[in-house]
Amino acid sequence: MDKTTFILNGKETAFTPGQTILEAARNVGVTIPTLCHLKGSTATGACRVCLVDVKGARTLMASCSTPVTPGMEVTTNNERVLKTRKLIVELLLSSGHHDCIVCEANGNCRLQDLAYECKITELKFPRPDTCYPTESENPLIVRDFSRCILCGRCVQACNEVVVNRAITLGYRGSKSKVATGGDGSYSDGDSECVFCGQCVEVCPVGALTEKKAKGMGRPWETRKIRTTCPYCGVGCQQLLHVKDGRIAKVTAVEGAEPNQGRLCVKGRFGYDFLYSEERLKTPLIRQENGDFKEASWDEALDLVVSKFKGIIEKHGSDAVAGVSCARSINEDSYQMQKLFRAVFKSNNIDHCART
Amino acid sequence: MTNSFADFGKAKMIFVIGSNMTEAHPVAATFVKDAVLAGARLIVADPRRTPLVDFAERHVQHKVGSDVALLNSIMYVLISENLYNKDYVDSRCSGFKELKAKVMEYPPEKAAKICGITADAIHDLARELASVKPAMLMYTLGITEHTCGVNNVLSCANLQMLLGNVGVECGGVNPIRGQNNVQGACDMGALPNVFHGYQRVDNPENRTKFEKAWNVKDLPAKPGLMLPQMVEAVGEGKIKGFYIFGENLANTEPDIRHVEHCLKSAEFLVCQDIFPTETTKFAHVILPAAAWSENDGTFTSSERRVNRVRTAHPAPGDAKPNWWIFKEIAKRMGHVWTSNSAREIWDNEIAAFGPSMAGIKYARLENDGLQWPCPNEDHPGTFFLHKDRFASGLGKLVPVEWTPPAEVPDDEYPLVLSTGRRLYHYHTRTMTGRSGGLNDLLREERADISAEDANARGIEHGEMISVRSRRGEVVVRANVTDMIPPGLVWMAFHFREGNANWLTNPVYDPTCQTAEYKACAVQIGKLT
Repeated sequence: MDKTTFILNGKETAFTPGQTILEAARNVGVTIPTLCHLKGSTATGACRVCLVDVKGARTLMASCSTPVTPGMEVTTNNERVLKTRKLIVELLLSSGHHDCIVCEANGNCRLQDLAYECKITELKFPRPDTCYPTESENPLIVRDFSRCILCGRCVQACNEVVVNRAITLGYRGSKSKVATGGDGSYSDGDSECVFCGQCVEVCPVGALTEKKAKGMGRPWETRKIRTTCPYCGVGCQQLLHVKDGRIAKVTAVEGAEPNQGRLCVKGRFGYDFLYSEERLKTPLIRQENGDFKEASWDEALDLVVSKFKGIIEKHGSDAVAGVSCARSINEDSYQMQKLFRAVFKSNNIDHCART
Repeated sequence: MTNSFADFGKAKMIFVIGSNMTEAHPVAATFVKDAVLAGARLIVADPRRTPLVDFAERHVQHKVGSDVALLNSIMYVLISENLYNKDYVDSRCSGFKELKAKVMEYPPEKAAKICGITADAIHDLARELASVKPAMLMYTLGITEHTCGVNNVLSCANLQMLLGNVGVECGGVNPIRGQNNVQGACDMGALPNVFHGYQRVDNPENRTKFEKAWNVKDLPAKPGLMLPQMVEAVGEGKIKGFYIFGENLANTEPDIRHVEHCLKSAEFLVCQDIFPTETTKFAHVILPAAAWSENDGTFTSSERRVNRVRTAHPAPGDAKPNWWIFKEIAKRMGHVWTSNSAREIWDNEIAAFGPSMAGIKYARLENDGLQWPCPNEDHPGTFFLHKDRFASGLGKLVPVEWTPPAEVPDDEYPLVLSTGRRLYHYHTRTMTGRSGGLNDLLREERADISAEDANARGIEHGEMISVRSRRGEVVVRANVTDMIPPGLVWMAFHFREGNANWLTNPVYDPTCQTAEYKACAVQIGKLT
């Protein structure tokens, strides 16, 4: 046994000093279920779902927050571990309002998955009667405290990943609650929330959901399409969840460059302009009285061509100019400059980079 | 950017100048904050107390338009205290002697007066910057939107080369681009002087190459007009046919009144867009376009990364992909273009005739895309530029002189107006204004002012006030905030009513024609 191995489920296993049991186990393909664990943030050990048996330890240990030591003997799947894990999930299930049928997170819920994996068939403990009312005063995010299991992932994401420092665990004991400064709505004057929605992204249950996504599609009904955000120049990678030709919601692509699973308010929530009734849907030609009249593509394009041809014939190529679009795809800008240079014979082509 | 976003979270020293990153590039800012939590040092130079200042060890609150003086003076300290990277400058740069002569005219005591800060702050900042290697510099439009924008950029580059911070991981000069594909639009040659891949039009070899590629004769050799010159030429009747694709010039250009006059003068104006805008009102023909997620294609981000954009659903009604519209116009003028999808356009033309992108093909873009330069299909793309040698050989240190903004405060217009973007909206709200919830978070334009300036005029927070410049007047709600130092008014251009561009000054950097959105003179007052 050298200094960088330990015994995992009876097998001598290598680890890197500083690694937790969870990391070392995942590294060699041994699965330990987790719930509160959030990559890239300090382990809190809050949910206890990842408990493992460490020889010589007084109790089972949370693998997400226990560093491996040389020679440590760890068992992840003995009866004691499995029984305790089941009990923990039963307690979590009884802690709130976990009725999957009407939950927005149905099919995308770690607690639901764990209950299934632990073969739980009924609620073992009575559900508490009272809890905090749902906060949906803010325009974008539903905060259903009755479904919150206080795992703290949202708090970790807000404070340690996107570092907006808008929420924390407030109050104590059975009164514990994820709260903003002033414990009001996300959109209250006292709140530091900037609506990046990272809390929603990491919520493992149905406590935090996108208001606009409600009723728009279950996870198994939507196609997930990877694309690039249409707002600023960072180029965040998004997953569009699409059902029946409409985006139901937008999430971030986990582990992708450059955003590593993060989005901002515009990237996450600024998509439904696409379905505005005000979209331009047909070519329009201005009449002499100033009103616009609907036209076919042939009519509109023929008019553009005859006018531009006429102007170039009469006044030369320097008499036309074009502004391309910094929001549209590369191929569109390429085509437009090609049109101006190769067809109109003008270098009067620019876009808004300089303004 | 010379470097990549992945560097932001790993950097050890970060210098942010003229960038309100948490609002304009929120995800990029999260990595800067992560770096600070991991022990990195952060210096913010900005006239406003931007949210990133909460994470900074030093905030240099210099005056609007004093960047060159500040940066020259930092370099004065670096050179006079021998804190610059002499080996790097000797081996990799040219022009040190000339740069030194110029920055020696900016001792901190003199620059401090221009910048409105203390000389000690400049000394300390220079020493701090030199104390950690490498340091990463990021800037945004606070640097560029000035009549001295090019000089501001050159100064940022001078500083980073002097410190030996260019051509290394977690270093470099990093302008974060404001729009999703403004990098791409430049790369694609939607510029008056270059074909795509920055191949100059005034080079005969390049013209011959594209004449062959496009099967045409006599490509024009003379660089064309830049956007502000075009608008002006439309107003003067020199440009008769004007084609605006996806831009709302009537709200985004300085001095709206004048811009609208110019647009009205166009003999024939084509607008190609996804929504009616203030600009399409002036059009003779409006062409309906497919939007983001309604066609396949690519965007290129600030870090030169070409990323895929994918179709989620068809465009509404008769709206068509933009590339198709241009192709149809060409066809009607006797030019048959064979590429018939974004993928074919990229693979068969953009990659084929753009050496810096030759290795980028759609088949390679499935996951995290590729960063140019990527000269061949085995090349992994370029994470940071100028490694070992600058693209042009030696890094050019260019001496620059500080010049004040074109319009500075006086007795009649005693305050400086600076403009930009806010978190919850994007440009003229064509998209965010129609996305549920975002308008609820920000419903109207505001004028951000200091408590000192509000008190002096008896203005209460939330009161409607008048903001007036030599170009026009708007009535907006006063937002009294400690983000703003006395003497400054700050506004955005998201809303038609109260749009800052009724007030901004249509003066431009002489080289690149970027407008001075960041500085003009205004007065504010209670409504009578």
